Amino acid sequence: MPVQVKINGIKMSAEPQETVLQVARRSGVHIPTLCHLESVESTGACRVCLVEMKLGGKTQLTTSCNAGVEDGMEIMTDTPEVQKHRAANLEMMLGRAPGSQKIRALAREYGVYESAYVPSEDPAIPGCILCELCVRVCEALGHSALAAVSRGGKKYIGTPHDKPSESCVGCGACAEKCPTRCIEMTDTKKTRTIWGQTFDFVSCETCGAPVMTVRQRTHAVETKELPEDYYTTCVACKQKNLAGRFARVGS
Amino acid sequence: MAAQPTIDTQRLDAVLGAFEPGDGSALIEALHDVQSEFKYLPEEALDRLADRLGVSKSRVYGVASFYEGFHLEPRGEHICTVCMGTACHVRGAPRLLEHLEREIGIASGQTSEDLTFTLEEVACVGACALGPLVIIDGKYHGNTTTSHLTKVVGKLKKD
Amino acid sequence: MARLQSTQQLRQLKERIVAEKPADRRAIAVCAGTGCKAFGSFELVEAFRAELEKQGLDKEVELRPTGCHGFCERGPLVLLFPEGRLYQRVKTDDVPEIVEKTIKGGEVIERLLYEEPGTGKKFEKEEDIPFYKHQHRLVLRSNGLINPSSIEDYIAIGGYEALGRAFEMGPDAVLGEVKGANLRGRGGGGFPAGTKWELCKKQPGDLKYIICNADEGDPGAFMDRSIVEGNPHAVIEGMVIGAFTMGAREGYVYIRQEYPLALERLNKALDEARQRGLLGEDILGSGFGFDIKVNRGGGAFVCGEESALIRSIEGRRGVPRRRPPYPAQKGLWGKPTNINNVETWATVPLIVAKGAKWFTGIGTEKSKGTKIFSLVGKVNNTGLVEIPMGMSLREIVYDIGGGIPGGKKFKAVQTGGPSGGCLPASKLDLSVDFDTLIAEGAMMGSGGMIVMDESTCMVDLAKYFVQFLRSESCGNCTSCRDGLDWMHSLLQQVCAGEGTMELLDQIEQIAETVRVSSLCALGSTAANPVLSTIKHFRDEYEAHVEQGRCPAKVCKSLITYTIDADKCTGCLVCAKRCPESTIEGEKKKPHRIIQDGCIKCGVCLDVCKFDAVHVE
Repeated sequence: MPVQVKINGIKMSAEPQETVLQVARRSGVHIPTLCHLESVESTGACRVCLVEMKLGGKTQLTTSCNAGVEDGMEIMTDTPEVQKHRAANLEMMLGRAPGSQKIRALAREYGVYESAYVPSEDPAIPGCILCELCVRVCEALGHSALAAVSRGGKKYIGTPHDKPSESCVGCGACAEKCPTRCIEMTDTKKTRTIWGQTFDFVSCETCGAPVMTVRQRTHAVETKELPEDYYTTCVACKQKNLAGRFARVGS
Repeated sequence: MAAQPTIDTQRLDAVLGAFEPGDGSALIEALHDVQSEFKYLPEEALDRLADRLGVSKSRVYGVASFYEGFHLEPRGEHICTVCMGTACHVRGAPRLLEHLEREIGIASGQTSEDLTFTLEEVACVGACALGPLVIIDGKYHGNTTTSHLTKVVGKLKKD
Repeated sequence: MARLQSTQQLRQLKERIVAEKPADRRAIAVCAGTGCKAFGSFELVEAFRAELEKQGLDKEVELRPTGCHGFCERGPLVLLFPEGRLYQRVKTDDVPEIVEKTIKGGEVIERLLYEEPGTGKKFEKEEDIPFYKHQHRLVLRSNGLINPSSIEDYIAIGGYEALGRAFEMGPDAVLGEVKGANLRGRGGGGFPAGTKWELCKKQPGDLKYIICNADEGDPGAFMDRSIVEGNPHAVIEGMVIGAFTMGAREGYVYIRQEYPLALERLNKALDEARQRGLLGEDILGSGFGFDIKVNRGGGAFVCGEESALIRSIEGRRGVPRRRPPYPAQKGLWGKPTNINNVETWATVPLIVAKGAKWFTGIGTEKSKGTKIFSLVGKVNNTGLVEIPMGMSLREIVYDIGGGIPGGKKFKAVQTGGPSGGCLPASKLDLSVDFDTLIAEGAMMGSGGMIVMDESTCMVDLAKYFVQFLRSESCGNCTSCRDGLDWMHSLLQQVCAGEGTMELLDQIEQIAETVRVSSLCALGSTAANPVLSTIKHFRDEYEAHVEQGRCPAKVCKSLITYTIDADKCTGCLVCAKRCPESTIEGEKKKPHRIIQDGCIKCGVCLDVCKFDAVHVE
C-alpha cells in the first residue's frame, strides 16, 4: 500500500520500498549525492544527501539515500540546518580530496572554498573519501576484488593483503564510478594497469581498439555462459555493423 | 613488512576442518581459531580460510583487519599489553605505555624485529579496579608502576 | 547429570541439594573473578583446598570459588559462611591461620578485616562494611553465594524456578510482567525491554533470534563480565524466558574475546544447562525448545551497537546500518531478532520470579529496579556496585566509594562510557537514573562510573575519549570518521597550549556535525565528552589556550619537572633512571634537570623517595 509523505511541503504518494532520495528525485527535487548509485546498496557514507526528517513529532537529520519512506514522513531538503551540516561534511571531504573538481564544485555551492581539515593518517590513495562505492560496485559485478581495510581513521580501500588480486579483472568500473576519480588506472592501446597489475586488452577484430581486458572477457564468458568468441568487437564497431545490417534489411 | 614464514598446512587443515564448507557466517569464529593456532593470521591461512568458507578473499581481509583482536603480522614471543581503559588512563596508563616503548625500544602496536616482544594497547580488559594495568604474557600486573615494569621487562630480556 | 523432565523434578532436585548443603553449613567462598584472580585468588583456592584436606576438613567445610564480590580494591576477598565474615587482601600464607583460628576456633583475625580509611574502624561482616551497606544487590547478590561452574549451586538458590513459572504463565503473561516492570535496557540506551520484546513477538514467522550482548566495550566498565563470570545461569535463564516469550528457537551470546574467564564459565554453564534439559529440545517437559550459541567478538566497540553486532555474528565487518528496519523486524539473517545486554537478561528471572510489582517498588518513577556500576578511577573503594535507581552521585562516590584517596579534591565523575559525559561537583546531588543523566548531557550507558580528582586534566580526558572513538569508529560516515579525527587534532593543539578561543568554537561546531549527521549511536553520542567538558570545565580549556597552563599538570607541553634542592638528598637514583640522561648532579649534592632534554616522562617523580621532584 502506498504511503503518504511530504517533501518540502508538497504531498506525495510513495511506494513503501522506496527511499526518500528516490521519491525526491522522481518529483524533481534535487538532493546532492556522491557515493550513491542506484544499482548498488546505499550505505550513507558521504553524508551529503542529508535531509531534515520529521516523523512522529521528532525532527532529525538523516541521509536520504538509505532512508526508506514511512507514512507521515515530512522531508525538508534544503533547510539552514541541512546546508550547515552538508557544508561541514563537504569540508571534511575536501580535506581528503582537495584535487577533486566534483567535491570542490559541490563544496562551493555550500560556501566552502578551502578546507581546514587535514587527515592525520597519510592516505593510502590520495583523494579517496573512503565511501566504498568502488567496493560495492566491484562486489555487485561479481568480482569482490576490493575491500575496505581496517577501520576508523585508519580505514582505506585496498586489495587482499595489499597485493594484486586474482579476482580483479581490470574492468575499471571502480575507477569510473569513483566520485573523486582517485583510483589510478592507466590505459595504453594494448594494456590497462590498475590496482598493481597490468591486464592485456582484447583488441577489436575490426578496428583494433581495446574492447575489454582479456580477463574480463574470460570472466564474462564463464559466468554468463557466452560463446567463446563473444566480446571480440568494440561497441562502436558493433553498432556500425548493426547499422549496416539494418540498412541492408531496409533496402 | 618482512616476508611471512611458511605455515604448517596440516595444522591449518585441522583448524579449518572443524568448519562446514561454505559456511561464511563462521568467519569470525574461524579467524579466532586460526589465530589461536598460529598466534596471528598468516596470509596463506586467510586465503585458504576464504576458500573453505566460500567467501571472497577481500571479505576475509576486510573483516580480519576491522577487528582489533586479530593480528595480521607475526607476533613476539613476549606480549605486553597496556590497558588503555578510562580507569587506567586517569591513573596514568599513557605514561606506562611510553615507558614500555622506551624500555623495549619499539612503538606501541609493533613487534621487535627479532620477534622477542610485541607491545600493544587494549581498550579495556574490565579489571578497572586494578588500574593502571599491564598484562605481560597473560599475567595481570595491577596497580603497576614504571619501576615494576622495568624489572619485569628486564627479566624477560635476559631470558 | 540427569535431564529434568518437569518443573516438579526441578523442585525436587533443589530440595535434595539444599538438604545436602544446608544454608548454615560452613563454607569458604573465595572470589575468583578477574580482579581477584589477578591478585592471586586461584592460588588461594588451591591453598585452602590443600589445607582443608590436611586438616581433614574437606568434607565438612565447603570450598567455593565464586564470581566477583565487587570489592575489587580489597582483593583477594574471602567470605566465610555461615557468619558472612569478610577477610580482605588475603594471601596464601594466611590460609593455615584462617583454617586453624577462624574455621576451627571461631576466632576473628583482626588484621584481615576491612579497615575504613580515615576512621580506622574495622568491620567483621560483609554486610556492615559501608561499601556493601549502601548497596541494593539484586543481580549481584548471588555472586558471592554460588560457584558459577556449578548448576546445582544456582538451582539451590532458586535458579530456573522463574523459567518454570514462565512456562506456567504463558508468553503473554510473561510479556505483561516485563512490560509492567518497565525494565529498561541496561546496555546504554535505556529503551524499554518490554516494548522491544513485544515488537519482536508480534512479528510473523517461526524463525526468530535472541541475542545477548556481552560485548562490553566501554572502557572502564566490567559489570557484564562479572555477571557472566559470577552467575552465568542467570543470563541463560533470562534468555530462555525471553525466547519462550517471543517464540525464538535459537539464541546467541556475543561475548568479548578479551574476557577469557567469562567465556570459559559461560561455556561450562551452557553445557550443564543442556545436560539438565534446561536448554535444547523440550525444556523442562514444556515442549518448548531453544539453544544458545556463543560467538566471540573480534574486538570492536562499535559492535555494541545492535545492527553492527548482528553483522558481526553474520561474519562481516561490524558496520552499523540505518534503522529502521529495527532488529525486531529485520535482524540476524534478516529475521526478527531481539537483543538485550547481559545485565538486562540477568534481571529478567528476578522479575518473573518476584513479579513486576516488586520490581517497580525499587527505583524512581521512570527508572525501575537497580543498576550496576563499575565505580573506578580516583576513588577509595573501587569495584562493582549495585544501587537502586535514583541514588545520588554523592552517595555513590562518598558513602559507597569512600571518597577520594590521598586527601585530594573531587573534580568530576564520568558516566556512560566514552560517549557519556562528565559531571562536576555541583552535580553531585543528581539522581542517578536514565532520564536525569541524559538531561545533564551525560548518560547511564552500560554503567561505567569513573571518578576524577584534581589531578585529572579534563581537556586531556576529552582528547582521550575522542582518540578512543576515532579509532573505534567503523569508518563509514564522513562526519564520525573525519569529524572525530579533526576534533582530535584540534584538541591536541589545545593540550599543547597552541589554541585560541576560536579553536574552542570550532571544536564545538565540528562536534555538532558529528552529533547530528552520523548514522549510528557511536557517532551521535561521540561528542558528549567534549561538549560536556567544555560546558562544565570551560575554565580549564581557557587556562590551556589563554594562559598556556594545564591546571591539573597533565599536558606535557605545558608542564616542567624540577628538583627541589632542599629536599633532594643527592641519591642519584633519578639521574640513573632518567631515560634521556638529562639529570645532572653528584652524589650527596642536589640534582638538576636540564630542561632542554627532558621528555617529561615522569620517571624521576616515580623513583624519588624524598618527594623532591616537582611538576609545575
